[in-house]
Amino acid sequence: MSEIPTAGSMSRRRFVQSGGALLFAAQCPISLSRKVHAGGNGAMMNSFVRIDPNNVITMLANNSEFGNGAYTVMSMMLAEELDVDYRSIALEAAPTTLEYYSPLFREYLTAGSVTTGSTFIPMRTAGAKARAMLLEAASRDWQLPPDELATENGTVTHAASGRSSTYGELLEVIHRFDIQPPETVALKDPSQFKILGKPARRYEGVGKVDGTAQFGIDIKLPGMLYGAIARPPVYGGSVIDFDATEALAMPGVVKAKAIRAGVVVLADSYWRAQKARAKLKINWDRGVNDGVSSEQFYADYRALADTPGMLAEDIGDALGALDAAEAKDRVVEATYEMPLLAHATLEPMNCIAHVEGDTCTIWSGTQYQSNDQEVISRFLGIPQQNVTIHRPLMGGSFGRRSSKKADYTVEAVEAAMGESVPVQIIWSREEDIRSGHYRPLFVHKLRGSVDEAGMPEAWHQVAVGQSLMQGTKHDPAYMVRGMDIYSLDGCLQEPFGVFPYGTSYQIPNHRVESHNAPKKGIVPQEWRSVAHTHTGIAYECFLDELAEKGGIDPLELRLRLTKDHARMNRVLNVLKEKSDWGKPLAPGRGRGVASRIYNISPVAQVVEVTVAENGDFSVDRVVCVLDCGFAVNPLGVEGQVEGGLAYGLGGVAFGNIDIVNGEVQQSNFHDYPVMRLPQMPKVEVYILPSDEPPTGIGEQATTPIAPAVANALFNATGRRVRRFPLSSQGFNLV
Amino acid sequence: MRLTVNGSEVEVSSEADTPLLWVLRDELKLVGTKYGCGIAQCGACTVHLDGRAIRSCVTPVSAVADKQIQTIEGQATEAGLSPVQLAWLETDVAQCGYCQSGQIMAATALLASNPNPSDAEIDAAMAGNVCRCGTYPRIRKAVHLAASLMSEEHSA
Ligand code: FES
Ligand code: FES
Repeated sequence: MSEIPTAGSMSRRRFVQSGGALLFAAQCPISLSRKVHAGGNGAMMNSFVRIDPNNVITMLANNSEFGNGAYTVMSMMLAEELDVDYRSIALEAAPTTLEYYSPLFREYLTAGSVTTGSTFIPMRTAGAKARAMLLEAASRDWQLPPDELATENGTVTHAASGRSSTYGELLEVIHRFDIQPPETVALKDPSQFKILGKPARRYEGVGKVDGTAQFGIDIKLPGMLYGAIARPPVYGGSVIDFDATEALAMPGVVKAKAIRAGVVVLADSYWRAQKARAKLKINWDRGVNDGVSSEQFYADYRALADTPGMLAEDIGDALGALDAAEAKDRVVEATYEMPLLAHATLEPMNCIAHVEGDTCTIWSGTQYQSNDQEVISRFLGIPQQNVTIHRPLMGGSFGRRSSKKADYTVEAVEAAMGESVPVQIIWSREEDIRSGHYRPLFVHKLRGSVDEAGMPEAWHQVAVGQSLMQGTKHDPAYMVRGMDIYSLDGCLQEPFGVFPYGTSYQIPNHRVESHNAPKKGIVPQEWRSVAHTHTGIAYECFLDELAEKGGIDPLELRLRLTKDHARMNRVLNVLKEKSDWGKPLAPGRGRGVASRIYNISPVAQVVEVTVAENGDFSVDRVVCVLDCGFAVNPLGVEGQVEGGLAYGLGGVAFGNIDIVNGEVQQSNFHDYPVMRLPQMPKVEVYILPSDEPPTGIGEQATTPIAPAVANALFNATGRRVRRFPLSSQGFNLV
Repeated sequence: MRLTVNGSEVEVSSEADTPLLWVLRDELKLVGTKYGCGIAQCGACTVHLDGRAIRSCVTPVSAVADKQIQTIEGQATEAGLSPVQLAWLETDVAQCGYCQSGQIMAATALLASNPNPSDAEIDAAMAGNVCRCGTYPRIRKAVHLAASLMSEEHSA
C-alpha cells in the first residue's frame, strides 16, 4: 500500500480557494470545544442569550445534542431573530434549573422528536427580545427613532448617519439606561427568514471532523480515576462477596469495591481498570431474574394474547363484524413477534461523578438532566440544587440516555462516594449489549376482515409487552385505565390521552386491547420511535395481509384509508409518483410500502428489494416522503431521515437480544450486528413544503422502514415474516 | 517506549500489552480516536500505522514502536483541514460524530491507495467502520468529493 499523503503535502489554503464549492469549509467557525469556553462575563439578555462585551453571543441550550441536530436548529432560530450568523454563536449546555425545563414535558428532557417544534417559538423569542433591547439601547444612545435603525451581523446600524455599534458595545448603554426585556415582541414573518428553512450544515460540525468535539468519554479531570464495573451475569443480580487480591496487585489499580451495580475497580487508566476487573473473583447472587428467557417471554405473551386484554379502543363492532366475516372467508389472522433490541450507541455509556460533602457534580451525556438530578439527589439525600450537571456531546443515544433509572449516572455517583477525586465509569461494549435496558419484546395478535369491495372492515389487535411507563413517575400521564398508551402509540385509530394523533387510517370497526406483561428480566427502554418499533411492524404488515386478502394494491389501499386525512393522503400521493409505484420489477425483486404518523408528522416509504434464492437480500432503494410542517433545516431533516431509516433497517434485519437462563447471549457487534455501509440503500427524501408549525423528524423515518422492508420481501417472494428479526427467518440483508 | 505520533516523538510508560487506543486516549490525551467495541468490529479506533489504516483497540503498543502513527489530530495542519475533512464538512456527514474520526482515517487511507474509488470499492473498504447514526449515504458522497478535491489539487 502506498504512503498516504501527509497532512502537509498540499496547500490547504490554495485548495480551499480553488474549490468554489467549499465555501462553508472556508468560512468554518471556531470549533465547539473552544466555543464552550468562550465568554463568561457578559450580560444575560434573557435565560437563553448572553452577550459579552467582546460581542461573543452565547446560547444556553436546554436540549441535548446526540446527533439529532438540536444545537444546529436552536442556534439557527436564535440567530434568525438576532440577525447574526448561527455559526458565530457560542454555546453552553443550560444548567438544570426550572427555567430550562421543556415547556412540553415540564422536565429537562430531550426526547420524542419534539426539540424543533418545542423550541421554535421560545428560541426565536429569546433572540427577538434581545434584539429589541439592543435596538432600544442604540436608539436612546444615539437619540434616533428605533425604526431608522437596523441590525445585521451582530451590529446595530443607522444607514443615514453611518453610525454603528456592535451588540457587545451596546451592553454599557443597556446598563446605563437600565433597559429591561420587552414583555412581548414581534417575531419575523417567515417570508423574512434568512436562515430558517434553508439548508444549514451542522453547528458543531468542525469539531466532529477535526477530532476536537468533546464527548463524555473524552473528558479528563485532574486526578480523575477510571472505573470498570464487573456486572452480575443476570440483570438484577448482586454481589455476595468478592476477592480482589489479584486485581489490586496490578499496576495502577487503586481500589475495588462493591456497589449496587456490581464490583467496581478504580485505576489510573481505563485499560488498567478493565484488565484488573477480569481478575476479580466474585460470588454472585443471580437474583430474581435467574431462569428468565426470551423464548419464555414469547410463549407467555402468546398465551396472554389469546385472552381478553384491557380495552384501549373499540370503534364500531369489530368482534361482531369479524364473526360475520368468518362465514364468508374474509378473515385473516396473524401473530407478530418482535424481539428485545439493544440501542448500541457507538459511544458506550459513561459518566464522571465527583461527590464532595453534600454536593455532587457529574459530567454526563444525557437526554434527561432533570431526572438525573432527581435520582442523584434522592440517592445521596442532598438537595436537588446541590447536583450540578455538565452535559457534553453524546455519541448517539436513540433513547438509551433517557433512562428513568439514570442507571449509568447514579452508579458513577455511587462509585465516586468516599473518593476524593472524580471517578469516570466507562462501559465496555459487552456491558452495553448486556445492560438489561432494551426495546421490550412484544407480541401482537391480529384478526382482520375485508368487506365485499376488499377494503378493511374490521380490525382486532391485542398487544402484549412490558410497559415503559407502569410504576414510573410518568404513570399518571401515560397509564390510562391501567394501559400504557405510550406502548400503544401507532395502533390506535383515534387520538388518545397525551397523543394528539391516530393512525391516519379509517377502518369502520377497530378494536385494540392491551396486556402489560409481567415486569421481569429487563428494563424496558425507549428505542428510537418507541412503540412504533413494534406497533409499526404489526400494523403495517398486517394491513399488507388485508390488502392481499381483499385483492387491493397496498398503496392504493392506504390512499383510500387516508382519504379523510389530508396530510397523510398528500404524502402518499407524492410517494406513489416518486417511487414509480406500479412499474414492473424483475423476478426476485419486490416493493413494499408503509406509512406512519409519529408525533404528528406523517411519513411514508416505498422500499425496493432484491432477494436471492438463498434468502440473501439487498435493499436497493428507499423513497421517503414526509411532512414535518415547516422544515427548519432541510439538510438536517434529510440526514435524520437517512439515519433514522438506517437505524430501523438494522433493527429489523438482524437486531436481536436473546436471554437464556437469565443471561443475555449477545455481547458485541460480532453477534449483535448493526448496519454497515454496504447494506445501506440509496435513499431519496422528499420533504413536502408546509407552513404548519414544525413537528418531529428525529424518529419518524425509523417507523415505516421495518414493515416496508418486510412487505417488500413478501412482494418479492410470497413469504410473510411474522417473527423478527428477518435474519431469524432466513432473510439476510447483504 | 518511544512512539512517533503525528510526526512527534513521545515517550510512553504504559504496559507493553496496552492497546494503542488506550495509550493514545489515556496517556497521551489524544481523545479524538474513539473506543467503540475493543475487538476490531467497529472502526471507531482507526488510526494509521505507516500509512495503513489499523484498529488501535487490538494493536498492542509494543507492536508500534518505531513506526509512524497518525491520528485524527494530525490530519489538519496550520494551513487547514485535510481534503477528506473538508469533504466531510462540506457534505455535512457527521451526526453524533463519534464514529467520524475513524471514518475519516479509513477514507484517507483508502484514497491514498485508490485515488478514485467506485461506490463498491468504498463500500468494501469502509465496511468495517460502523456508524450507528446511519450517515452512510453522506459518507459515500464525501469520499467521492474528497477524491475529486485531491485530484484537483494534484493537477492544480
Ligand atoms: S474500538 Fe477498535 S474497532 Fe471498535
Ligand atoms: S455519526 Fe454517530 S455513529 Fe456515526
